Amino acid sequence: MKHVTVPTDPRDRYRAGVMKYAEMGYWEPGYVPKDTDVLALFRITPQEGVDPQEAAAAVAGESSTATWTVVWTDRLTACEWYRAKAYKVEPVPGSTEQFFAYIAYDLDLFEPGSIANLTASIIGNVFGFKPLKALRLEDMRIPVAYVKTFPGPATGIVVERERLDKFGRPLLGATVKPKLGLSGKNYGRVVYEALKGGLDFTKDDENINSQPFMHWRDRFLYCMEAVNRAQAATGEIKGTYLNVTAATMEEMYERAEFAKELGSNIVMIDLVIGYTAIQSMAKWARGNDMILHLHRAGHSTYTRQKSHGVSFRVIAKWMRLAGVDHIHAGTVVGKLEGDPNSVQGFYNVLREDLNPVDLQRGIFFEQNWAGLRKCMPVASGGIHAGQMHQLLSYLGDDCILQFGGGTIGHPMGIAAGAAANRVALEAMVLARNEGRDIWNEGPQILVDASRHCQPLKAALDTWGDVTFNYASTDTPDYAVTPTAA
Amino acid sequence: MRLTQGTFSFLPDLSDTQIGAQIEYCLRNGWAVSVEYTDDPHPRNTYWDMWGMPMFDLKDAAGVMAEVTACRHAFPDHYIKVNAFDSSHGWEALRLSFIVNRPKDEPGFALERQEGAGRQVRYTTRSYAADRPSGERYGAD
Repeated sequence: MKHVTVPTDPRDRYRAGVMKYAEMGYWEPGYVPKDTDVLALFRITPQEGVDPQEAAAAVAGESSTATWTVVWTDRLTACEWYRAKAYKVEPVPGSTEQFFAYIAYDLDLFEPGSIANLTASIIGNVFGFKPLKALRLEDMRIPVAYVKTFPGPATGIVVERERLDKFGRPLLGATVKPKLGLSGKNYGRVVYEALKGGLDFTKDDENINSQPFMHWRDRFLYCMEAVNRAQAATGEIKGTYLNVTAATMEEMYERAEFAKELGSNIVMIDLVIGYTAIQSMAKWARGNDMILHLHRAGHSTYTRQKSHGVSFRVIAKWMRLAGVDHIHAGTVVGKLEGDPNSVQGFYNVLREDLNPVDLQRGIFFEQNWAGLRKCMPVASGGIHAGQMHQLLSYLGDDCILQFGGGTIGHPMGIAAGAAANRVALEAMVLARNEGRDIWNEGPQILVDASRHCQPLKAALDTWGDVTFNYASTDTPDYAVTPTAA
Repeated sequence: MRLTQGTFSFLPDLSDTQIGAQIEYCLRNGWAVSVEYTDDPHPRNTYWDMWGMPMFDLKDAAGVMAEVTACRHAFPDHYIKVNAFDSSHGWEALRLSFIVNRPKDEPGFALERQEGAGRQVRYTTRSYAADRPSGERYGAD
């Protein structure tokens, strides 16, 4: 890497014209980040001939105060204070063209409590910047001083469990299928059967809003009949995530208010509504004692490829700050992208009070959550009862396991599918607590449990061997153990 | 019906050996075990009656099991559950809660509907047994 000289004479520094970003002061290798700085780690792929330091400085510049040329109006500000500082650049292990660039931002650059403002800087202009072939935001450290300006989850894991009176095991859910086309009455039938059979929650899919085959009010009314009937049939609290995603905030508020009037304990939104809409709905949920479920619709367009975009661990951090209670965060073993170490990293970000540096799980910064409530990760997409030991081992107790096809596609019917999942889960938790090695004994534990549960036997016969063994694309760079699912 | 509150209600009723193993697990984790009982198992009945205080200082599963047995002896036809409380910072709530005794006959709940405007319905879940005074609801207490 080249030595960079920052002009010391202001007349040289502020002479009109173009200057390298590093020379403008956005590269500061000796800089020791302050406890109050926002830190970001970018994976940069510079264009050929672009020095990695200069590329890092350019990212720091374009995501804070810089433009392409020198402007004298910098001198009307405490510009050195406001400049982001690239303070470390290192090659990505095993790569010749990618580098990790560490950048520090002063807290004054950001509006308190605003994900929109934070992201407008950090991922605003810079991702289209020509001197970079590709750019990925890998991780962020949000300083406690900034964390404290966010409300965090409206409910959080602990209070959600207390409200539902469900402890000691993952919660169980299912997404109603087919996701499009059911009438309100038929849709409610699926909800009733699944909840009565043993699930805690059912869920609208991301694209169920208000369509010709089922208007939203009809769905809400039938679903709440189903929830209440299932509660009476089992003596347990049940819920269904009513998706209030709509074209405008006004419409979302109207749907959320109706869900509340009907006695629902939870509403749902999609990630595609945008950060500000998410924060607004989190505020509404907090004011109305509602659990807020977030479906991460759209995230794979920018989280999946390692060279360009935003890592999901960063999205998870933003969403915990924004204040959602549930967020889909991967299954490891199901049909959707998810390396085991990366997924555990996402879960840790959502659930822990303090995340230590954990390169193997893709966590580059220590993150202190300063008492912010915990967010329940949701595992959904191509999972079934036969994987229960793996799911419990990888994901732990504080998550929601969602078996959509694995409930509704059961050969003996929806309620039987739900019961199979619940029995498999309880049997596995019981065995784990007894000190058994469920990773290895899991399949036998399931077979034993199926002796008193015919639906579980049928589920194992149908799906026992189904796996999705494809290589993950979004894997940690420091993994030291094999990470194939 | 079978009331399915609690962590293990979908499994056959746990034997005392199985209950003991779960209590061991709770104690290994440093959680305080407590016993609660009720004859009003409505899903929103948060406050079951306490069979003494949480056993913060008891580290012996056999001792906890003796309390379970005593509670069963006093209330053979009530619902009884074992709770494990975790006082760690940031949790400070239950970690496990499972039923260890239930009435021989579980009549369950009626769902009452009050029809309102715009097809809305106000729902009330009513326990069949709780129509009678507490203590006279299940079996021959």
